[in-house]
Amino acid sequence: MFEFCADPASLEGISWFACYLTTGKHMSLYWSILTVLSLLLITAPTALLFGFAGASAARSGFAPLRWLGQIYVAIVRGVPDIAFFLFFVIALDQGFEYLRHQALCPDWSEPIRQGNDFIVCKAAKLPLSTAPQWVHEVYGFFLAVITFAIVFGAFAANVLLGAMRAVPQAQLETAQAYGMSRRQVFWRILVPQMWLYALPGLSNLWVILIKATPLLFLLGVEDIVYWARELGGSKNARFTDYPHGDWRLWYFLGLLVFYLAFTYLSERILAKVNRRLSRGQGIVGATP
Amino acid sequence: MKKLLLTAALVAATSPVFAGDVVRMGTEGAYPPYNFINDAGEVDGMERALGDELCRRAELTCEWVTNDWDSIIPNLVSGNYDTIIAGMSVTAERDQVIDFSEEYIPPEPSGYLAMDAGVDVSQAVIAAQAATIQAAFVAAQGWTLVEFATPEETIAAVRNGEADAVLADSSFLEGHANDGLQFLDRKESIGGGVAIGLRESDGELRAKLDAAIQSMKADGSLNKLIVEWEVGSTW
Repeated sequence: MFEFCADPASLEGISWFACYLTTGKHMSLYWSILTVLSLLLITAPTALLFGFAGASAARSGFAPLRWLGQIYVAIVRGVPDIAFFLFFVIALDQGFEYLRHQALCPDWSEPIRQGNDFIVCKAAKLPLSTAPQWVHEVYGFFLAVITFAIVFGAFAANVLLGAMRAVPQAQLETAQAYGMSRRQVFWRILVPQMWLYALPGLSNLWVILIKATPLLFLLGVEDIVYWARELGGSKNARFTDYPHGDWRLWYFLGLLVFYLAFTYLSERILAKVNRRLSRGQGIVGATP
Repeated sequence: MKKLLLTAALVAATSPVFAGDVVRMGTEGAYPPYNFINDAGEVDGMERALGDELCRRAELTCEWVTNDWDSIIPNLVSGNYDTIIAGMSVTAERDQVIDFSEEYIPPEPSGYLAMDAGVDVSQAVIAAQAATIQAAFVAAQGWTLVEFATPEETIAAVRNGEADAVLADSSFLEGHANDGLQFLDRKESIGGGVAIGLRESDGELRAKLDAAIQSMKADGSLNKLIVEWEVGSTW
């Protein structure tokens, strides 16, 4: 990156580190931080949407919808995350390819499953094998967002369901007595007030989501932990201009600081949000 | 920036345009000198050089992908990439699930690296990478085995005393035989040579790669690569 990096063997001290920390490989590490942050920023609202839909469905008056909501929450919460991330994603990916295969290659005669192999026609591959690598990475990222949103949506649904039940029944009845319909009561009385009750649970989920991002590597997205492990591993002078011993400890300490700082910042912001939501609320649990 | 191009990507992914055959080469990127990630963040090593040359001879366009060793076979059969070129030895178990090309590195005995040259391996704790021929070998002997997901961790386990010795391909261990780590005299001949893994249904690609490997064996360029990267004996 810098001009003086042309001959790394002659460098020492700060200039060595300046060059070492700006290699293409380290750029991948810095890039992966952005990947993780953007994953969080996209996943959190999506998961909240899933959760809201799940919670609304689970308390619906229409039985099949209610069952659907309850089944979603029960199944996803019950399956270990790692199993979900290993099997569901491959199934989701193959499901997409199967649908595209049916639509794009109707005259394909060979079976899709041949022994262990899963084979769809070339046009149905997702992404196409001709697509550049970054398209594959974006697709993996997209699968990750869906999977994280489904998993965390189920937990959020439970939190929101509890929050909805915590809003005093008397208020809802009063609203009905004023002549509001079920829908009006839900949107005008219940939803605006439930957030205060939901916030502690949701902030918990947010912190767990931050810590769950290393699962990204299971989905083929190279995250911070992958790069820290890769960069920290001992490097032999035969294969690199910057040989060093086992430095994983330092890289993982860096990760520790990153995650701690990030959760600390989140706590501060969530505390602010909590204060803002509590303003003017005369109900139990509100902090003045 | 990449993420902003998401929409463009989805459009591109849904339009069936074919720019010739692209073969996606899957590797681990953590096993020097076979394959590793270089300072620029790209796949490098003996297999990178070999793969690029094979693709040139077979007139294929190749793209390199890295994947965790643990899930490298499942991701091949489900079609995330088309070849495994990751220092993978031919074994009967693997051959039941995937197909192998012609071998490009002859069978090489595996070696032990230990802090103490007098270690009796049958009484010791042996570290090996999970799902490798070495791990299967140690387990079959009934010795004490500790498995790790990456080759790097197996070395670290011996350095910090968690294991007494590590069993792996000698050419990989070569790069770590320093700072007190030394080879034991004992070697183990396990498994076949190293070959490219392919889906069983991919006979056409296999034939192309076989032909390319044969031509590299015939003109000596494969031996040259083996010597240059010190990955074992020549053909």
